[in-house]
Amino acid sequence: MTLAPEEIRTRIVAALANVAPELEPATLAPNVDFRDQLDLDSMDFLNFAIGLSKTFGVDVPEADYRKLSTLDGCVAYFTARATA
Amino acid sequence: MTRYLMPKLGADMTQGRLVQWCKKPGEKIERGETIAVIETDKVNVDAESFVTGVLEKILVEPRDDWLPVGTPLAVIRVDGEAPEETETAPAPMPTAAAAPPATPATAVHAAVPPAGAEAAMARLRISPAARKRVLDLGLDPARLEGSGPGGRITLEDVERTAAAAPAPAPAPASAAPAPAVAAATDRQARMRDAIATAMARSKREIPHYYLATTVDMANALAWLDTRNRERPVTERLLQGVLLVKATALALREVPELNGFWLDGRPQKSEAIHVGVAISLRGGGLVAPALHDADKASLDDLMRRLQELAQRARALSLRSSEMTDPTVTITSLGERGVESVFGIIYPPQLALVGFGKVVERPWVVAGEVKPRPVVVATLCGDHRATDGHRGALFLAAVDRLLQEPEKL
Repeated sequence: MTLAPEEIRTRIVAALANVAPELEPATLAPNVDFRDQLDLDSMDFLNFAIGLSKTFGVDVPEADYRKLSTLDGCVAYFTARATA
Repeated sequence: MTRYLMPKLGADMTQGRLVQWCKKPGEKIERGETIAVIETDKVNVDAESFVTGVLEKILVEPRDDWLPVGTPLAVIRVDGEAPEETETAPAPMPTAAAAPPATPATAVHAAVPPAGAEAAMARLRISPAARKRVLDLGLDPARLEGSGPGGRITLEDVERTAAAAPAPAPAPASAAPAPAVAAATDRQARMRDAIATAMARSKREIPHYYLATTVDMANALAWLDTRNRERPVTERLLQGVLLVKATALALREVPELNGFWLDGRPQKSEAIHVGVAISLRGGGLVAPALHDADKASLDDLMRRLQELAQRARALSLRSSEMTDPTVTITSLGERGVESVFGIIYPPQLALVGFGKVVERPWVVAGEVKPRPVVVATLCGDHRATDGHRGALFLAAVDRLLQEPEKL
């Protein structure tokens, strides 16, 4: 069974909040690179990727990191891969 | 008896706040174990004990106000010592019945050095490690007796003296926080003040020289890419880890860049503890130590760096991480600028910088090719080294990064 889009979005935002605790989900722009919006460095982004792979049970290859740089990108990526 | 004082956790610390005791009176404490949580202007620090013994008495309860470095906080009975009462009272007493705060038999532990300690030590035969320890402990150098070859003072001599010596005078008034600092209640303002203090001191005292070289990163990144492709996300390396390891190994080749400037002389350190500058969310930075970075595997360094960054961001570090770095690396990461010329964190001797990796036209075997390159920089203390040695160091970093599989 696939996950509902809202559930996918919620899990992504939760993984993001783990590396950027001051994040306000309401102000998150869906198309802007997280690293620019939230001032994430490479370590933060790695931890975000680790959080995503845990919450969705999917390993994320390094080559796919660029697809995960925005909220929309993440939702599309995990909609295609994650199952409940 | 040893008095446990408000420790000085870095060149920029003049005051601290006692947040919590991690041991109760009468409880045993091992050297290196956390005795208390101390808030500095930057982070909360798990303050580690320098001695093994029993926490005899707590002199100060956790409180909101800021205490100058050197303020007595507790009394520790060092292993091997009798409880204080047995010296004066014949009846055995429980250890919880503790010593008064400032008995003559109370030694000092983790204090600011007495004025002139650095100068006094310049005349002594003393190992660099012992010298640093004396300053960390705030011991009076005149009390030291050397047992090493030719009367040289060793680390053991310092520890013995620390356990036995009478206390020097309480912390000098100059260690008290400036009114402006005390008034700045908000952590951001205090963080800026702490950075300002250390950096202004550095620029005032250290004659910096600056070198830069551009390093071809094609081999290193190709190796990293292959390695990371085979591994799950939790076991991947960041390129920063290669830079840390290459720096640590290059310092073995040019050891005079690794250590401290103390009492008018460079003190090389055999151990290579690399401080990594970590920027904090909301501003400011800390540069805690990756201990013995030259001896650690890349996987081990990665795991420790990850853990260190996490704790730094959570504003919780250990005292040894704050005080041990023998050199600092600043890397402005993958989204930053091409080069960084930093300011040495006193009393260290050098600061190594890395910009972001950028793709540039590069000549390889007579042909222009696009290559990923990074600018490596060195800020050296000209009192300790010259540009020639600094250049050898950067050349070694370059050479080491060409063979990433050997790092």
